[in-house]
Amino acid sequence: MSTDSQSGSETDDHTVTVTVNGTAYRRTVESRLLLSDFLRHDLLLAGTHVGCEHGVCGACTVIFDGVAVRSCLMLAAQADGHAVMTVEGLAGDRNHLHPIQEAMRDCHGLQCGYCTPGILMTMKVFLDETPAPDEAQIREALSGNLCRCTGYQHIVDAMLLAAERLRG
Amino acid sequence: MALKAEYGDEARFLAGGQSLLPTMNFRLTQTAVLIDINPLTGLSGMKKSGPESVHVGALTRYCALERDPATARDFPLIAEALPHIAHPQIRNRGTIGGNLAHADPASEMPAIAVALAARLRAQSKRGERWIAASEFFSGALVTALQADEMLVEVELPVAKPRSGACFMEVARRRGDFALIGVACTVQVDDDGRCAEARIGLCNAGETPVLAEDAGASLFGRLIGPAEIDQAGDLVQRAIDPGGSIHASKEFQRHLAGVLTKRALAEANKRASA
Repeated sequence: MSTDSQSGSETDDHTVTVTVNGTAYRRTVESRLLLSDFLRHDLLLAGTHVGCEHGVCGACTVIFDGVAVRSCLMLAAQADGHAVMTVEGLAGDRNHLHPIQEAMRDCHGLQCGYCTPGILMTMKVFLDETPAPDEAQIREALSGNLCRCTGYQHIVDAMLLAAERLRG
Repeated sequence: MALKAEYGDEARFLAGGQSLLPTMNFRLTQTAVLIDINPLTGLSGMKKSGPESVHVGALTRYCALERDPATARDFPLIAEALPHIAHPQIRNRGTIGGNLAHADPASEMPAIAVALAARLRAQSKRGERWIAASEFFSGALVTALQADEMLVEVELPVAKPRSGACFMEVARRRGDFALIGVACTVQVDDDGRCAEARIGLCNAGETPVLAEDAGASLFGRLIGPAEIDQAGDLVQRAIDPGGSIHASKEFQRHLAGVLTKRALAEANKRASA
């Protein structure tokens, strides 16, 4: 637990060292800063979207130490010493898409795209662990990510296609 | 513990944060001191504490329970409820202790804790004590924990031979809070008669509800349609659901009856299998 309090101020500052998409960052943050806001405002990685800010919509999902989590339900200070992967880290470089992203494009799995980064991060972990999912498993894994445009069918199609391509 | 003793109600423990952080984001909770217990790895994990019970650390995350084959074997009631507890991303962070200490009556685990007659260990600078689940939940989001205490461990009895468990709930959407949820266990004797039946409900009042009369009504009887109907009626009388825009009190009471009957029938079938 961190107790480096500064007397007289309402919030403590914490120095955090966090690895995001393979790059180590060291920043000083207020104790109340959310991980989602830290990624967007401090590290300028605005690919992580903030929808509901209370853990319902899933747009802010990132991969934290290998598991999908809501970045709006964690504090930046909690990421000290941990590894985070955001949508910016999904593709190998700026000129290519990850197979999951390619499948989303090919199947029209997005319209406005706001929920897409969270869905991609959720599905990255899911497809790593479940290389040959059926439709029901995909829908269950997607249940924590809201999409108001697509009706989900094309996202499910994209994930079936992505799984097939990833299996090679 | 020293910080909690010093700041009391001004300080909150941060476990998984999947209930606390949303309320902080809405400024419904404004805590002066937040004590992050996530680095305390000794507080997570399951260990056998006797032939008939397991101690689960308060910081044990739901995803760990989901992945542990012991959960389905020892706690079939919890295993069946886990997919209903929010979403995978929430279960990757959410902890059993945080869930219980948050004491949301609509949440699944408090109802399961009373149905299983769990015991909860509270620790403070002064020492430690065990609290029965039936004594732990004193109101909506209110527990028997004192201002300087932390919930550190939950003792759960493992499923007995010739017993069956069933968890059912109805929610508007996958992962939402239940309109009503029912957690029940049935144990039968060699003649197939009910040796013990326990029924817990979520979102059926200010606290998780243990429907003692309904459970007792089955004792010593062969559980058939008439016994199940009677238990369902007793459950409907035992609860005081709050009603909301998602479901009126009357609908919640109706659901409680229907789900109790279905869950009891299934638990009895599993116990007799």
